[in-house]
Amino acid sequence: MPMTMTQKILAAHAGLESVEPGQLLEAGLDLVLGNDITAPPAIREFRKMGARTVFDRDRVVLVPDHFAPNKDIKAAEQCKCMRDFAREQEVTHYFEVGEMGIEHALLPERGLVLPGDLVIGADSHTCTYGAAGAFSTGVGSTDMAAGMALGRLWFKVPEAIRVVLTGKPSGWAGGKDLILTLIGMIGVDGALYQSLEFQGAGVAALTMEERLTVSNMAIEAGAKNGIFPVDEATRAWAASVSERPYREYRADPDAVYAREVRIDLSRLVPVVAFPHLPSNVRPASEAGDVPVDQVVIGSCTNGRIEDLRIAAAILRGRRVARTVRCIVIPATQRIYLQAIREGLAEDFVEAGAVLSTPTCGPCLGGHMGILAAGERAVATTNRNFVGRMGHPESEIYLAGPAVAAAAAVTGRIRDPSEVLEAPDRERLLSTPEPGWGGGRAASRGRSRDAVPAGGAR
Amino acid sequence: MTAAGRAFKYGDNVDTDAIIPARYLNTSDPAELAAHCMEDLDPSFAGAVRPGDVLVGGRNFGCGSSREHAPVAIKAAGVSCVIAASFARIFYRNAVNIGLPILESPEAAAGIEAGDRLSLDFGSGTISDGTKNSSWRSAPFPPFMRRIMEAGGLTEYVRARLTEAGDSGAEGGGS
Ligand code: SF4
Repeated sequence: MPMTMTQKILAAHAGLESVEPGQLLEAGLDLVLGNDITAPPAIREFRKMGARTVFDRDRVVLVPDHFAPNKDIKAAEQCKCMRDFAREQEVTHYFEVGEMGIEHALLPERGLVLPGDLVIGADSHTCTYGAAGAFSTGVGSTDMAAGMALGRLWFKVPEAIRVVLTGKPSGWAGGKDLILTLIGMIGVDGALYQSLEFQGAGVAALTMEERLTVSNMAIEAGAKNGIFPVDEATRAWAASVSERPYREYRADPDAVYAREVRIDLSRLVPVVAFPHLPSNVRPASEAGDVPVDQVVIGSCTNGRIEDLRIAAAILRGRRVARTVRCIVIPATQRIYLQAIREGLAEDFVEAGAVLSTPTCGPCLGGHMGILAAGERAVATTNRNFVGRMGHPESEIYLAGPAVAAAAAVTGRIRDPSEVLEAPDRERLLSTPEPGWGGGRAASRGRSRDAVPAGGAR
Repeated sequence: MTAAGRAFKYGDNVDTDAIIPARYLNTSDPAELAAHCMEDLDPSFAGAVRPGDVLVGGRNFGCGSSREHAPVAIKAAGVSCVIAASFARIFYRNAVNIGLPILESPEAAAGIEAGDRLSLDFGSGTISDGTKNSSWRSAPFPPFMRRIMEAGGLTEYVRARLTEAGDSGAEGGGS
């Protein structure tokens, strides 16, 4: 029976020739992930299960990122619980403050997820790694505990929606606009219990970082996972982050899909998701007059180096509006360092933005930028539910880094081209040449020996 | 297994931030989570809910984060079952794994009104509304999931497996 890419990965990890949608199976896990919020309950369940050691200390990843650096005493205790467990179990991939980052930016950066892997994480945005051609999905803490104890977990084989991409994005439109547009088309439960499988000639036009942004928000359409085919860009990225061999899976040409959705990337425009659902999507140019109190540029969705480059291109030489607090949060320490080496850190601080150490922070209303009643934020994060970033009467508008940076400068939601004509895409997204953008040749010059660009390392 | 209680009814896309806001996630104590259950959507819920009561939602109940704190908060609040037209998949997994009964029935979710007296039979998947004098059937759980629920949740299920296998990773006795 022909299979989708997701079905092939599940079948292979379950030791089965073929699988069908709806089938329940138990599959072996390549990686089990948890964070400071979800790992402590998982550790408790792990002990209740009577398990003594994790199934493989190289295949458990623990990241304190949500309320870390510890935001209060309770958060400190949760982080400590996870740290103690990591030490006791000699977990190889425990990332302490100082080398940590937001988990879903960190794992691809460290090459911990490669094509064909089967990954579970006690965090809904674990679906991010579909960008790398892996099957990865979010689970709960008890699932994580079972995964740590057995190295196996139950899954229901999903059917899939085929998302056919054509054309190339242009102007300020990018990965975030693609996924928001898709969620606007199919709704927040448009892919419930299903996979999103991205295909078509347009895939090649998306950078690895943009694919990570797209897969990251598959869950916002209710999807179990959102997966990209493995191509030259994937292979180049994989080679740059890991030496581990991996396996490529390809959907059968005659695989059966529940539905097909087509998107022409050349027609994408910068969009915004209005409160309080990621599906309330409109072009930024049609936002009307929406004054903004806070702008957050960061998160596992858009906190990678390309995102910071885009934001910096708009903020460089401009000022954050007096009525706006602009908070920039590089997603990992390496991205943070790269932003310093490329001179982006100076761009942000000179513009009057705050540059924070990596953390989830305001994305889930944790710390570092909580909203008061009646306040509005434009955020490059992934959820605009009621109360997500603070007071239940606050509002969140989701957008990509260009729209967010333009909002920081103008204090309103605008199409970014009203602030700055979009530069050439290749140039905007790539590591700047020394002297690029002028002005700070000295600090930029160092970028030549800097760590490779975000998705790459 | 049966349950009975009053219906608390909400709409579509009840998300996990509504069920338990992230600002309370610095704890995983069930009683504390229960005290803030549904707070941003219905501040009166935690005070009004009684053991056995039933949460009724529309489509995509439990969408959003993977926080198991959401079904845990609902269960600890005394809710005997969640009925919805459809569930977000991680919430569904989590509910099964922690042993919170959930029933999927678009008809029941549409027919039940707030305050209705409900009685539930989980074996047959029957939902009876005493106030309306009507009843609905929901699809029973597949056998695989029923085994997990019958074991008392995934933790007990894995525990039994580890003990059976005499797995080197497992402890023998009770803990
Ligand atoms: S950045 Fe936001 S969405 Fe991403 S893992 Fe952290 S809290 Fe979750």
